[in-house]
Amino acid sequence: MLITIKYFGQIAEVTQKEEESLEFSGALISELLEQLYKKYALLGNKDFKVAQNQELVTFETPVSGNEIALLPPFAGG
Amino acid sequence: MADKKIKNVFRQGAISSGFIGESIHKHQTKTSIGAHNIFLGQVRADVIDDKTVTAIEYTAYEDMANAKFHDIREAAFEKFELTCMHIYHSLGTVKAGEICLFVFVSSPRRKVVFEALEFIVEAIKADVPVFGKEIFEDESHQWKKNT
Repeated sequence: MLITIKYFGQIAEVTQKEEESLEFSGALISELLEQLYKKYALLGNKDFKVAQNQELVTFETPVSGNEIALLPPFAGG
Repeated sequence: MADKKIKNVFRQGAISSGFIGESIHKHQTKTSIGAHNIFLGQVRADVIDDKTVTAIEYTAYEDMANAKFHDIREAAFEKFELTCMHIYHSLGTVKAGEICLFVFVSSPRRKVVFEALEFIVEAIKADVPVFGKEIFEDESHQWKKNT
């Protein structure tokens, strides 16, 4: 399936883009991340959480096809 | 009174003292209120490795952040007897010494507003996807992380 991934803050610095669409044939968020680690070598060193459909999810969550976002540490306030 | 509609909490740039003063003024017609409490987050000129932070550039996952602010608002109204609550957060560049977060809670009684304000500010720090790029005087940067 074609999924849209959003990148923010220092993650967007690594990917050099804020959003992209990728073809993904796996099942879990962890498999999607493996695909991204291959594409972006520096991503593995970064601290981030994953949101799917605007809710934080674990890496063992199935990819639903909704919007995925990679969120670096929060710094509000 | 809880408001079910998701509001846009974000404002471009710093939150001015005029805006904050005007917000206080607007509440003078709400005479059931006996106590307000206000939190103002201010950008600190931290010195890191001999370099001074001159500004923070804020970005956010805006849709998720506004939904989280909404959840925090609902939770606070559920937990505390509040008359009203307002939250504003900056996006874009906020210079050291300027205000980037304005949280304003009001209640008939004082004890409630102390507890409610802390609850809300701590939830914002922990749960809302806002990102801060600390800009140094030499234009290099590092990424802020809430602790």
